[in-house]
Amino acid sequence: MSVLSDLRFRMRALFQRRAMEEELEDELRFHFDEEVEKHRRAGLTDEEARRMARLAFGGQSQVAEDCREARGMSLIESVLQDVHYALRQMKKSPGFAVTAVLTLALGIGANAVVFSVLNALVLRPLNVYQPERLFAVEHKEHADYWQSYPDYIDYRDHNSTFSGMAAYYTTDVAVVIGKQAVKSYGYLASGNYFDMLGERPAIGRFFHASDEHGQNSTPYIVLGYDFWRARFNSNPQVIGTTVNLNAHSFTVIGVAPRDFHGTELFFWPDYWIPLVDAPEIGCGPDYLAHRDDRNFWILGRLKPGVTPEQASDDLNAISRRLAQLYPTADDDLDARLVRPGLMGDVWGDPIRAFLAAIMAMSVLVLLAACANLGSIFAVRAADRTRELALRLAIGASRARILRTLLTEAVLVSVLGGVTGTLFATALLQILSRWRPFVDFPIHVVAQPDAKVYALALLLSVGSGLLFGLLPARQIWRTDAAQAMKGGKSAGPALRRFGMRDILLCVQIALCTLLVTGSFVAFRGMERSLHTPLGFRPLGVTIAETELDMGGYTEDQSWPVEKRMAQEAAQIPGVSSEGLIDRVMLDNDCCAKESVYRQGTTDFRSSQRSFFAHFFYASPGYLATAGTRLLAGRDFSWNDETNSPQIAIVNARFAHLLFGDTPAVGRHFELFNGHLKEIVGVVEDGKYNSLTETPQPAMFFPLAQGNSGSDTALVVRSALPPAEMATALNRMMNGIDPNIPLTVRSWPEVLDLAFFPARAATGALAVMGLLAAMLAVTGIFGMAAYSVSRRMKELAIRVAVGARRTQVIAAAVGRPLMLLGVGSALGLLAGVVASRLLGQIVYQANPSDPVVIGGAVLTMVFLGAGASAVPARRALSADPSRLMREE
Amino acid sequence: MTSLDLPQGTLDLLILRTLLPGAQHGWAISERVQQVSGDMLRIQQGSLYPALHRLERRGWVKAKWGVSDNNRKAKYYELTRSGHKQLASETESWRKLTSAVSLVLEGD
Repeated sequence: MSVLSDLRFRMRALFQRRAMEEELEDELRFHFDEEVEKHRRAGLTDEEARRMARLAFGGQSQVAEDCREARGMSLIESVLQDVHYALRQMKKSPGFAVTAVLTLALGIGANAVVFSVLNALVLRPLNVYQPERLFAVEHKEHADYWQSYPDYIDYRDHNSTFSGMAAYYTTDVAVVIGKQAVKSYGYLASGNYFDMLGERPAIGRFFHASDEHGQNSTPYIVLGYDFWRARFNSNPQVIGTTVNLNAHSFTVIGVAPRDFHGTELFFWPDYWIPLVDAPEIGCGPDYLAHRDDRNFWILGRLKPGVTPEQASDDLNAISRRLAQLYPTADDDLDARLVRPGLMGDVWGDPIRAFLAAIMAMSVLVLLAACANLGSIFAVRAADRTRELALRLAIGASRARILRTLLTEAVLVSVLGGVTGTLFATALLQILSRWRPFVDFPIHVVAQPDAKVYALALLLSVGSGLLFGLLPARQIWRTDAAQAMKGGKSAGPALRRFGMRDILLCVQIALCTLLVTGSFVAFRGMERSLHTPLGFRPLGVTIAETELDMGGYTEDQSWPVEKRMAQEAAQIPGVSSEGLIDRVMLDNDCCAKESVYRQGTTDFRSSQRSFFAHFFYASPGYLATAGTRLLAGRDFSWNDETNSPQIAIVNARFAHLLFGDTPAVGRHFELFNGHLKEIVGVVEDGKYNSLTETPQPAMFFPLAQGNSGSDTALVVRSALPPAEMATALNRMMNGIDPNIPLTVRSWPEVLDLAFFPARAATGALAVMGLLAAMLAVTGIFGMAAYSVSRRMKELAIRVAVGARRTQVIAAAVGRPLMLLGVGSALGLLAGVVASRLLGQIVYQANPSDPVVIGGAVLTMVFLGAGASAVPARRALSADPSRLMREE
Repeated sequence: MTSLDLPQGTLDLLILRTLLPGAQHGWAISERVQQVSGDMLRIQQGSLYPALHRLERRGWVKAKWGVSDNNRKAKYYELTRSGHKQLASETESWRKLTSAVSLVLEGD
């Protein structure tokens, strides 16, 4: 009540100052006039009455001034005064101000950037109607995200908990616009996709469930807004025209809204085509038909009031029914709901875990920065003891002085926050425009929004209060009389263990932890770069062809493929060559198939031995890739369609099926009893990702199978990749210029596989760098301060003949000791946090001697570097000059 | 006729008490105090108005403009709810103080 009225009064005093002044004048004049009137009634003349009144009244302006004072200085006025004072203080020591602002800018900037990415990828839901009710339907097994079309239909039609359920998948068909083929990326989507999401087209219309009339019935295409703008110059006349996809005409029916980029955050489609047309654009006739052909992702919208648990129970009941009905394909079917947007938990889990960890690290950076500023402020408060004492002595309250100092701290931190946020915004803009891969539509859009700015402000003010309050105790205990009597050297410097020491220690420990983290990341990165891949990518150039798009049927493909290998062998500089249908560690590698023991007749999935990656390769591929043959033989050109069905398997495969007994010459079965004889065993490799555990894999002769549409010619040569690429382009042009062709070196292909590790390492490296900078400023600040405080003492030591080492020990011994203690604590924390780091960074091992050694060496160098300047200053202490001073 | 100096801290009490019957403007407050005290107490304008403004800031009185007996615009002060409470507690402590002081003075 009283606080409210006080505030209202003060606000009025500030904003309605003129009105209040006039009111005051009116009020005082009224009083004066009444006084005059009283005297007149008592019989005095006008003039005398006035004189009496004036006498009684005293000076009117004095009264008015007293009234103003009684109203109190407005809060804002006094805050402004504080700000003014703080600015003056900062101007007096610009070096300090700039250091403090920059330190905080780094801390808060780092937090803003990390939080923006976290916000964009994890916190902010998909940009559609009621996104909180959207869920992806995944299998219970972790990262098992794929569903078959028939299962999707059953889920969609028999559930009672979803208001809609759509299926979709990504595809990369080349779109022919006019005469030009454009490699582009799209979604195959079920007819109800847009309606379920609640999207409205920018122009034209979307396709609907009612447009689907069976396989290949709906040759429609919906363009993405950006694609429409870039490729069709935003021409609205495009509606109704046709574009070519794999030699089939598709009618453009609409353009998606500008802010809709599909339902995968990382994969922005250029277009959407109905999923029922998948067979037509080269996915094969079985794409939609087979219940065990799991090619799609399912996204469902919960009915209002339905919980995810109820929905998942509902779907699992359907799964169990399907397992009974279709024991071969679906006997392991189950369902689990996950948040959509990041390929379920395939990418979602690692990304969430990584971002959470990086967020924690950036908070640590900010804490270290606060510790740093806290000790700087404590030092400044100590230096200003006499000034503060003087202010206390002339009547300033301790609270008021504290407020002044806090204002200074918050001002510094808000300036730092603003600088940091500006810096973060610029960085995020670069990040959002960044396309890490030319041929893969990865977008990381992390524009700061209100949430980010609010966080930055909160962190700024919070950290300002945090480090501003640290020296508060010091002010509270200041005894004016004592402080004014005492000289400069009196005070906390002589105490054994001050708060500043603790702060520096904390700061160093946090920095060491972060530096250790960076080292762990680098080490992990280095190891993952040198992890055995099962092939040697260096010196290998890959020409990826799409024969079906060149008009070749499956029967016609093999002769062309053979010719490609033969002609490639003729290119000067080529040492070996081969063909394979999928490139290992490329983004659309790999596919798996069920493997059964010989003699299996029951092909239910419970009878399956395991899933194995499968590849179709030509003779010479293994040698070209550098994959070592451990036993048996490579394929030969005599392994033709009608010769015995053979396979080469990897060591893992052989071990799983036959234990330690030799595998060559033995047999295994594929689905429906296709018997394969093993003719060779090769080393294990990485197929899908760098982080995968050893996976079983099998190779079949390219001549003996459905090689599909994509065939990659793999060529090893000592020539520079660019030269090789030109030669391969010329060669393919000679064979058939109409075959779509992409020529890349294998290391280029691997960029995508290495991307997560590289991004993670980059982020951790930046954190480590920030931490290192903070450690340097902390140690430097402490050492420089202690030297400047003790110049006189040091000079005396020099004068009485102290050795250099003794002077140095006296000058910077304490900061270095704190460095040691802090580093040890930080290292310890790093080792304790090792499990966390291990989850983020592949092959991270913080107890690795290289990591510990690296962190220790870094801290030693940082410490030595940071204390070198103060130490030199201490050594140059000139007794005669210093003694004359003061 | 001599008037007494107001002891420290009693001015607020006098103003609050004078406002108890109802809203008054500043001049009427000073006249009333003078009259009731039999001219023994006089509040100087120089202290009256700052005190009124202080009381307003503390929320013990609230001010509004009204019309005086002789038809002039005047600022009237009125006790608020917390002003009533404050008056009660200040009166209480004043009574305690004066009785304690008189006990001491009349002791022995």
